[in-house]
Formats: sequence, C-alpha cells, structure tokens
Amino acid sequence: MSIRVEDLVYVYGEGTPYETRALDGVSMEIEDGELIGLAGHTGSGKSTLVQHLNGILRPKSGRVFVDGSEITARGAKLTGLRRRIGLLFQYPEYQLFEETVYKDVAFGPSNLGLSEAETDQRVREAMFLAGLDFESAAQRSPFELSGGQKRKAAIAGVLAMRPDILILDEPTAGLDPKSQSDILRMLGNIRKSRGIIIILISHNMDDMARLADRIFVMEKGRIELSGPPEDVFSRGAELRGMGLGLPEAAGMIDMMRDRGAEIEGRPLTLDAAELAIDRYLRSKRARP
Amino acid sequence: MIRDITIGQYYPGDSWVHRLDPRLKIVAALVFIVTLFVIRDFIGYAMAALALAVTIAISRVPLGFMLRGLKAIFVIIVFTFTLNMFMTDGETLFDIGPLTVTREGLYNALFMGTRLVLLIMGSSLLTLTTKPIRLTDGMESLMKPFGALGLPSHELAMMMTIALRFIPTLLEETDKIMKAQSARGADFESGSVIRRARNLVPILVPLFISAFRIAQELAMAMEARCYRGGEGRTRLHELRFRARDAAAAALGALFIALVALERVFADTIYGFLHII
Ligand SMILES: Nc1ncnc2c1ncn2[C@@H]1O[C@H](COP(=O)(O)OP(=O)(O)O)[C@@H](O)[C@H]1O
Ligand SMILES: [Mg+2]
Repeated sequence: MSIRVEDLVYVYGEGTPYETRALDGVSMEIEDGELIGLAGHTGSGKSTLVQHLNGILRPKSGRVFVDGSEITARGAKLTGLRRRIGLLFQYPEYQLFEETVYKDVAFGPSNLGLSEAETDQRVREAMFLAGLDFESAAQRSPFELSGGQKRKAAIAGVLAMRPDILILDEPTAGLDPKSQSDILRMLGNIRKSRGIIIILISHNMDDMARLADRIFVMEKGRIELSGPPEDVFSRGAELRGMGLGLPEAAGMIDMMRDRGAEIEGRPLTLDAAELAIDRYLRSKRARP
Repeated sequence: MIRDITIGQYYPGDSWVHRLDPRLKIVAALVFIVTLFVIRDFIGYAMAALALAVTIAISRVPLGFMLRGLKAIFVIIVFTFTLNMFMTDGETLFDIGPLTVTREGLYNALFMGTRLVLLIMGSSLLTLTTKPIRLTDGMESLMKPFGALGLPSHELAMMMTIALRFIPTLLEETDKIMKAQSARGADFESGSVIRRARNLVPILVPLFISAFRIAQELAMAMEARCYRGGEGRTRLHELRFRARDAAAAALGALFIALVALERVFADTIYGFLHII
C-alpha cells in the first residue's frame, strides 16, 4: 500500500462570494505500514485533504495515487477504493442510524455484499477491536450508549470494512480521558496486528509524539512542516506561530534549555524527558 | 454538491439596493410580482425587464450568480413553456409528430416563460440583497398592524428567522452524513426506485436526530439568555425609513405608473408602431 498526493488544489464554493481555497498545492507521500500524524489549526484543510484520499471530494487540480493507480482520473472506479480506505469523519457518532449497534456496524459489510456469516464475523471482530463488549452492546440501540461508546461504535462501523488504509479525523475530540486513551490504545493494537497505513488527524501533540512515524503540519491549505516527530518538534517557534504547541515534555525541556540547562537529545515523551533530565543532573553533579 | 442550491441565499454587499429599508424592499417585490400579472403584452415585460436589469446592476450581484438560482427551477420553466406551446388552440405554425404548435401557443409559451423568469429573478433579488435577519425584521414590522387581529407577528418572524438561519446548517449536515455513509459503501445513485428510497434511511435518521439536537440546543441557549417572546423587546438595529428609501419608493411609483399607462394606451401604442 502507498499513497501519493501531487499538488492538490481544492476550492469550496467556487464562483460564489463564499469561495474558500481549502487546499493550495498539497503534495505528500505515504508508505506501507506508516502511521501518519496530520496536525494543523482548525480550518487549515486537514479534513478536506483526507476526503480526497478516498475520492469523496474531487480536486480542482492535482492528482492522488493509491498503490500507483490514479484515483483522480476520469472514470476511476471508486467503489472498490472505498472498501479499502476506511475514513472516520469528525464526530462520527452523528452518522449512527440503525436500531441496534450490531446492525449499524454491519452496514458497511452488507453494502459490500458479504454473506451473513462473513458479516457476523466482521461485526464481532470490529467491535472487539474498537473495545466494545459484544454480549452487552450488540443488541442495544446506538442512541442509548454513552458518548465514548457511541464513538467506539462508529469506529467499529469503519473497521468492519477491514480497510487497508485507516483515516481518522480527530477521533478523540470531545471525549473523556478514558475513552481517549482507549481509542489511542486501539490504534496501537490495530497497527501492530494488521500493519496497515493509519492517518491520524489530531491536535494533541503528545499523542502525535507517542504514535506517529511521521508528522505533517498544515497551515492555510499547505503542508508547512513534515518529518519524523523529533524533527517537527524541534521547530517549536514555527509551530507556535501556526497556533500549535509542542508535546508537554518537549515544551518543558525547551524551557529548561532556555535557562541554561544543557540537556542532550530531543525527548518527546515524559519517560524520555525523565531519563534526559536525570542524565543531565548526574553529569552536572559529576563536574561542578 | 447539495450546497449549490442558492434560492433564498444572501449575496453580501454594500450597494444602494442592499442598504434600502427591508420593508420597502418586501413591498416593492410584492408590487413587482403583482405588476407581472397585470402586464398583458411584451412591451410591458420589456419595461419590467429593464427596471429589473437596472436594479440588478445597481445591486452589483453578478448576473451569473442570479442565473445559478434559476438553474434549480429550470425544469419548471421548461415544463411551463412546453405545456403552453402545445396546449393552446389557434393558427397552426408547424407539427412535431402528433403535436401541433400554434401561433398563439408559441406566443403564450414565450409570454409565460418570460413572466416566470422575471418573477423568480425579481423575488430572488429581494433575498440576495437583504440579510435574512433584516428580512424578518421587515416582515415583523409590516405584520405588526395585524397584531390587533391576533396575528403573532413577532413569533412568526422569529420562526422564519430560525428556519432561514438553519437551512444552510441542515444542508451542511446532510452533506456530511452523505459523505460519511458513502465512505461505508452506501450508494445513493443507482438501483431501483424502492432501493433508492430505502437507501435514504441512513441519511434521514441521523438528519432528524441532528435537527432535534440543534433545536434543543438553540432553545436552551435562547432561554439561558432570557428570551421570552416579543413583548417589550427592543432591537439593536431599528428600521428607519430614510431619504434614499423615499427616492426608491418614488422610482417604484414611477414604474407602476408607466406600466399602468402602457396598459391603458396599449392599443394606441400598437397603432403608432403600425404606422412607423
Ligand atoms: N463543506 C464546506 N463548504 C465550504 N467551506 C468549507 C467546507 N468544509 C470546509 N470548508 C472551509 O475550508 C477550509 C478548510 O476546512 P477543513 O478542511 O475542515 O479544515 P480542518 O479540518 O483543518 O479544520 C476552512 O476555511 C473551512 O471553512
Ligand atoms: Mg477538520
């Protein structure tokens, strides 16, 4: 699996007074098995970008390739593509509609025309992955679940398609801390067990630092920064200029450096920071 | 996709037409529509079209944007035109298969088509140049005299404001839900009529739930800010009838007078045209 995006431009409401240039020449390349973090201020074009990856939006100009074949070409087959690329929209719980969680999760597989047995297997698998207990949740109405469980049910609905590429648009936004960490743990598990491409849109830089192989930072419809977390988070001033921050640990280390502490490396998580500070304190004691 | 619908949309601007008192604009639009039904020949329509064209030019709403609104009702226009063309008796012009096009039919079709286009462009100019909030303010003010008869003018206006305010929101919501369901393999474009109707369930259920949620949140927000109906309510932007409104009203009156004159003296005008 691979994704290649070339010079993508998209304009909402072209020719009206409400015209917005949401994408302004975006290029990126994603390789097999990568977990990509996509960050950026609200309105920077993240959601618009990912909707091009499964053909829901068609660009004004530019091209998108999935596995080498151009999906933006005229008459490209999108049905097959949609089953391979799972896209979880922002606030996906608002798309639940069936009487039971089971039926809602089964919506995707049954649209693929799978047999009942196959569908059943997929629903169980997807609910398990999403962290929903099959026995207690499957026959309940999705509307009587808690916020976090609704979100998980919606995620299960996308996982039941068994996508090769999983795109999640702010999957933890507005949830309680426990549900947030459940969902992130789930991402880690899926990645370990399936080795698929995952694109995670998030504002939480700590999550990005912990999970992502590479991070793309968008601003005003362009990709302004990209690279492994260590590189991206070494550009604290630029990130702040775009209304974004650093992971807590990296921010703290930066502040300590500003006050003269010679801390080595680029710790991004609290554990790594602890080690780095410990090392610094020892070396300081060794040569006063 | 679904957001291309522009009927009832506002085109932001600061032209002379935009700044007119909404009450005047509402009355003017109504009068214009009535005039279209009073006019009996193409000379009258030429006058109406000229008046409309001048107003559109002053409003600086691009013609392309106005015509886009017409696209949505294109079917109705074509339907009216065709029906009139074939269904009127009279002097035969030519035949298309079993259907006969008469001279009167063609005249009627053009006449009705022109009337419909002018009607829609005239009324959409009102919404294009008037912010929804000013429009409902104007309606409320115009309805106020009927309050004595028990007409709840404020409540009606508030309902209209809310409805107008939430049309784009609900369209946006529909768009989002459709995208989300098609990402799960839903297909809204193919299959039999029954299948297609059934495929609407995954859109309609979430849409209704969203609508109720939005309504509930709005009601709470309004109550939290002590909304309790129209009585004793003052407003931030008082409507004021200014000199420019008076000038516009005078021009409107002139237009009506000219149309009336044309109608009364139509025969004389025809006679005159005949001579030259
Ligand atoms: N359906 C839409 N219609 C019109 N404009 C939109 C629509 N969706 C997004 N936009 C605009 O496009 C820009 C990018 O939006 P979006 O991709 O949602 O950004 P993000 O996901 O990074 O917050 C914003 O300016 C937004 O207002
Ligand atoms: Mg977004």
